[in-house]
Amino acid sequence: MTDRTLAEDAIPARIAIPVELRAVAIMLTLAAFGYVLFPDDLAFLTRLISIALLVLSLDLVTGYSGVATLGHSAIFGVSAYAVGNLCLAGQSDPLLLLVAGALAGALMGLASGALITRFKGLPQLVLSIAVGQLVAALANKLSGLTGGSDGLSGISPGRVFGIYAFDIYGRTGYVFSVAVLIVVFVVLLRIVRSPFGLLCRAIKDDSLRARMIGARVYPRLVLMYGVSGVVAGIGGSLAAINTGVVGLDSVSFERSAEALVMLVLGGAGSLWGALIGSIVFQVFEHYVSAANPFHWMTMVGALLIAVVLFAPKGLLPLAISLTGRVASALRSRA
Amino acid sequence: MLRTSLSIGLDAISYGMVLFIISIGLSIMMGLMRVVNLAHGAFSMIGGYLASFALKSAGLGYPLAIALAVLGTIVIALPIEFLLYRRIYRKSDELTQLLLTIGIAFVIIGVANYLMGPTTKSIPLPAMLSGPVDLGFRMIPAHRLFAVACGVCTAGLLWLLIDRTGFGIRLRAAVDNGDMAEALGIKTQILFSATFALAVGLAAFGGVVGAELLPIEPFYALRYMVVFLVVVSVGGAGSIPGAVAASILLGLADTTGKYLAPEYGEFFFYLAVILVVFLFPNGLLGRKH
Repeated sequence: MTDRTLAEDAIPARIAIPVELRAVAIMLTLAAFGYVLFPDDLAFLTRLISIALLVLSLDLVTGYSGVATLGHSAIFGVSAYAVGNLCLAGQSDPLLLLVAGALAGALMGLASGALITRFKGLPQLVLSIAVGQLVAALANKLSGLTGGSDGLSGISPGRVFGIYAFDIYGRTGYVFSVAVLIVVFVVLLRIVRSPFGLLCRAIKDDSLRARMIGARVYPRLVLMYGVSGVVAGIGGSLAAINTGVVGLDSVSFERSAEALVMLVLGGAGSLWGALIGSIVFQVFEHYVSAANPFHWMTMVGALLIAVVLFAPKGLLPLAISLTGRVASALRSRA
Repeated sequence: MLRTSLSIGLDAISYGMVLFIISIGLSIMMGLMRVVNLAHGAFSMIGGYLASFALKSAGLGYPLAIALAVLGTIVIALPIEFLLYRRIYRKSDELTQLLLTIGIAFVIIGVANYLMGPTTKSIPLPAMLSGPVDLGFRMIPAHRLFAVACGVCTAGLLWLLIDRTGFGIRLRAAVDNGDMAEALGIKTQILFSATFALAVGLAAFGGVVGAELLPIEPFYALRYMVVFLVVVSVGGAGSIPGAVAASILLGLADTTGKYLAPEYGEFFFYLAVILVVFLFPNGLLGRKH
């Protein structure tokens, strides 16, 4: 896994196009496709993007640093609530709200990271669940800040750059979200290939050896949790800005579990895997759950089992190996 | 003050015992097969559904319904073990296990809802267990005492099974060193299957006995899964005394929180969890792996 990513990310193919540029091109194409496929349902796509950010954020700690967590929605939700409250207090510039959400996410990420990364294995998993549930219980209790089970509503952000208002069709919201996602993704592409990102991957692969070569494991992991918190915070802010409401579902255990499912579905340890997993899962959900929410659970369950049996590393590596096989078959025929 | 404490203590113990019966199977599976089985709660739910069906539609008696629920759940679960669980014993990484078992739980939820509907299914108690019992300082539903008795019996029988029988000796050998046990002629595959059946049967038993506290409905499988997982982690995977201690401790934290500050919901429960994990990272009585 590491070999592939290193080779692919660090040494560009024959034509020297920077990875970042390729990423921007691919994502703009995807965004255009989304606009053509769901022209009447841009709200769905903006929701998809905010969840995709949560999954990317989870990838940083789970896929790149090996921290298994089932409580990541706590960061997402805290930022969403923070942004909602800030907006209700009269601060309505979307960019400012985004920065505030990222900041809240960073703080929440550092705090929960400091707790969770002290342990490994089952205690770590349970601690992450406990942190998530603690935040969920508080969100329910502090109804003055969160609206309790009714949720926080009436969030109406101002114009982007003072020009583009959020319209009823969600066009501004969609463009805004796509732009944010692309910026975050490009920055993350750099971070995961930086010495810091590579060190985190080394810690994941063998934390003892990383310690032996002089890495200070715990501070690195907490820092990565902070970075991950920024990304999840941006996702939460986008959700609050675009939908105008923040409900208890944004801090729920189900949200965390779904994010983990999307990540492993696409392929943990790769930013593209996180992105593809969240797209495939949510588009699938969009169609099937419209038919029947419980058949949806059966279908997702069957899908998960199929992924473990037939694509244990996720859909992205499966797709890469399939296209590789097809390509070599074509070449040998020619 | 004393009366309140006694009341809390009594409720905590009965709740804790239900948690224990359900969680101990999960704990044994985690100790022996190193599988984090997120579908464990789903098997409890199947047990609850079967018992409800046996009592209300088939008109069987309560003891017979429990037996049917336990055996029926094992019969339903064994093919799943054969096809899926076998692949992830001992070797797979945690994420794969989480994904597979959460997938199994989703499928069971979907099928249960399709077959039984989204409503809560009651498990009618026999007359002997449905009335209150006067303990002098308060009345308590007889059913709660029954749950405590079931918990104590389960713990005792399990201890006998693991500490005193040939099966238990093989089981402990496989936990301590699976490869060596295999080399000495212990058929670990059969041992794993038997343990799986035991774990699932206990889950179903707990699901039926605890149905008054944890009502049976399709989302049961995920709603309480977190609690069961927490009990195992706090107690230490594979330890019976650990699971008893953890169940009672967490039952106490939850019941006390709900008595004294009900508006905080699960807050105190999870606060206690964080504290215990910090003080005992390997569980109250667990061993370091």
